[in-house]
Amino acid sequence: MSPSLPIIQPEDEAKADRVQGGSYHAPEAVEWHPALFDYLLRLGDDSLILGQRLTEWCGHAPALEIDLSLANIGLDLIGQATFFLNLAGEVENAGRDGDKLAFHRDVLAFRNCLLVEQPNGDFAQTIARQFLFSTCQLALFQGLVGSNEPRIAEIAAKAVKEVRYHAELSAEWVIRLGDGTDESRQRMIDGLDWFWRFVDEMFEMDELEADLVAAGIAVDRTQLRCGFDIRVQQVLREATLPLPEYPRAIRGGRTGHHSEHLGHLLATMQFLPRTYPDAVW
Amino acid sequence: MYTTELGKADPSAPVSIIQEDPALLEAFEVRVAADEFIEPKDWMPEAYRKTLVRQISQHAHSEFVGMLPEGNWLTRAPSLRRKAVLLAKVQDEGGHGLYLYCAAETLGTSREEMVEALHSGKAKYSTIFNYPTLTWADIGAIGWLVDGAAIMNQVPLQRTSYGPYARAMVRVCKEESFHQRQGYEIMMAMANGTAEQKAMAQDALNRWWWPSLMMFGPPDANSPNSAQSFRWRIKRDSNDDLRQKFVDITVPQAEYLGLTVPDPALAWNEAKGGYDFGEVDWEEFYAVVRGEGPTAKERMKARRDAWNQGAWVREAADAYEAKRQARAAA
Amino acid sequence: MSHDWPLWEVFIRSRGGLGHKHVGSVHAPDSELAVRHARDVYTRRLEGVSIWVVRSSDIVASDPEQAGPMFEPAESKVYRHPTFYDIPDIVKHI
Repeated sequence: MSPSLPIIQPEDEAKADRVQGGSYHAPEAVEWHPALFDYLLRLGDDSLILGQRLTEWCGHAPALEIDLSLANIGLDLIGQATFFLNLAGEVENAGRDGDKLAFHRDVLAFRNCLLVEQPNGDFAQTIARQFLFSTCQLALFQGLVGSNEPRIAEIAAKAVKEVRYHAELSAEWVIRLGDGTDESRQRMIDGLDWFWRFVDEMFEMDELEADLVAAGIAVDRTQLRCGFDIRVQQVLREATLPLPEYPRAIRGGRTGHHSEHLGHLLATMQFLPRTYPDAVW
Repeated sequence: MYTTELGKADPSAPVSIIQEDPALLEAFEVRVAADEFIEPKDWMPEAYRKTLVRQISQHAHSEFVGMLPEGNWLTRAPSLRRKAVLLAKVQDEGGHGLYLYCAAETLGTSREEMVEALHSGKAKYSTIFNYPTLTWADIGAIGWLVDGAAIMNQVPLQRTSYGPYARAMVRVCKEESFHQRQGYEIMMAMANGTAEQKAMAQDALNRWWWPSLMMFGPPDANSPNSAQSFRWRIKRDSNDDLRQKFVDITVPQAEYLGLTVPDPALAWNEAKGGYDFGEVDWEEFYAVVRGEGPTAKERMKARRDAWNQGAWVREAADAYEAKRQARAAA
Repeated sequence: MSHDWPLWEVFIRSRGGLGHKHVGSVHAPDSELAVRHARDVYTRRLEGVSIWVVRSSDIVASDPEQAGPMFEPAESKVYRHPTFYDIPDIVKHI
């Protein structure tokens, strides 16, 4: 399922050569500012909110080795978020950096999908969330490696290896929990069940992203759904779990209408910078 | 990291009455005195094995429990960079616990046994982790003072006599270097920040100073079994020596921050080339060792809950593997 | 009887051309997760290109008490060591 990016033209190749030299020249980015800013928030917020959720597990996982696995994933995601949000700040060019964006926006300004802000629940619910998100994110980043916006391409190229690991590790746990004990199987079913309503949103396109796709900057998410479904079914079969029955989709995250969970998450995450607005940490 | 011999002063601890073969014992002592390393399958006195199991597992428990006070601030770290660095640090600590649990297992104990000893209160962990982290400045203080004290204990242990322990310590020390720096950097930012930040930093120093001094264990006079530990290279420096060294190194660091060490008796002693300092509250120390520290219940509850509530996960993985092997055999 | 996950020994090759080196152990229920845990625990600072894991119970070790018969014969064959031979300094590359 290849995303629909335009064919690379000779003048694009010359531009790509300059980019490989290490300089960030993306004159096209200028005219795309508002849309690109929003897109970067979507990418960055997905990683930030999910990274934040994973930090809640620290010291509380079922085994020390699992604690380290979850922390590893969390660290990768926070790293991605830092790159995307800093870049968003640059593109916006209004004096906001990654920290300002992360710690001083309220819920209506966040652009993550609803899936990532869901609570951790038990380990099965956490794994369900990770498996679904990372499987989608892997395909997305594989496409973004070819983005016309070289800074996005660079972040994606670095992140895609990490995300492959996240997708594979979480799939392995889905399989072990699904095909483990009766208890783990039921918990895995319940865990996945929490999230089916949030899957569609990860693959939806709006006008903003469609325009960016036309410019070769973004990836057409609808093109990723087929591959995602194939992979999910493959893993669930191996886990001896029932295939998903997708209920009515719940959406809204991309336009700032989130679930009840995000407000609480932000209240915790943003407390210090908001309480001490003049402080540098 | 935390090698104070908690429990050494415990009168109910059984005294080893095994009569070791004198020839084997002498050969062992000669090897240890020659700075050789003892490896898992080598002959060793039972007392050596027991002491090491206790010391290494205590060290492991400390790293493991130590994830909790700092983990408490992960979701509230005030910048993306601070969040990432703290997460990496706590992850390191978990990793250190893991290296040490595995080193202890080479001496004939199991992870489950050690964890159960921790949960039942039989096994100790460093007293320092029984104190609460009340503000972000505490995260700075822990990195600066607690990791600072730990480094002083750990560096000499890289040449402890038991091979797996020494190698674990080498790994730990390599990774430890950034821990203290990140803590001190936080303190610098706060001490030079707003009035509220500076007040938080001073408050954190006030609360963490004395517990950090306690990390080096009771006074040498109260450590009766040290001689054997020294001879066996399980212990390399005396508690009082390390404590003095720590004070001498750390006071100038506090001065650089413009903070006041909460010890009215602190004074430079030209004659000895070091600081005189006040008396540690040993009542408090022993109370915390007994399990009466401010957050002892919270720490133990967190550890027990994670272990118990996660049992179904560990069992599921075992069940899956058993099924897989059965399928392969069929 | 312990209900722990089995223990695995971890060997890492940090760079092409080097051999795998023993770095420690991890617990894991099976070999795939053993590799994952080893990667998460022992390569956090990009320390490896290749990971081997072996169940600790599968390791066969020489008996340290047999160290004499196993290794001393090699010690007495001094001619295997380059320092046994006295080559004049003027001769290079040898």
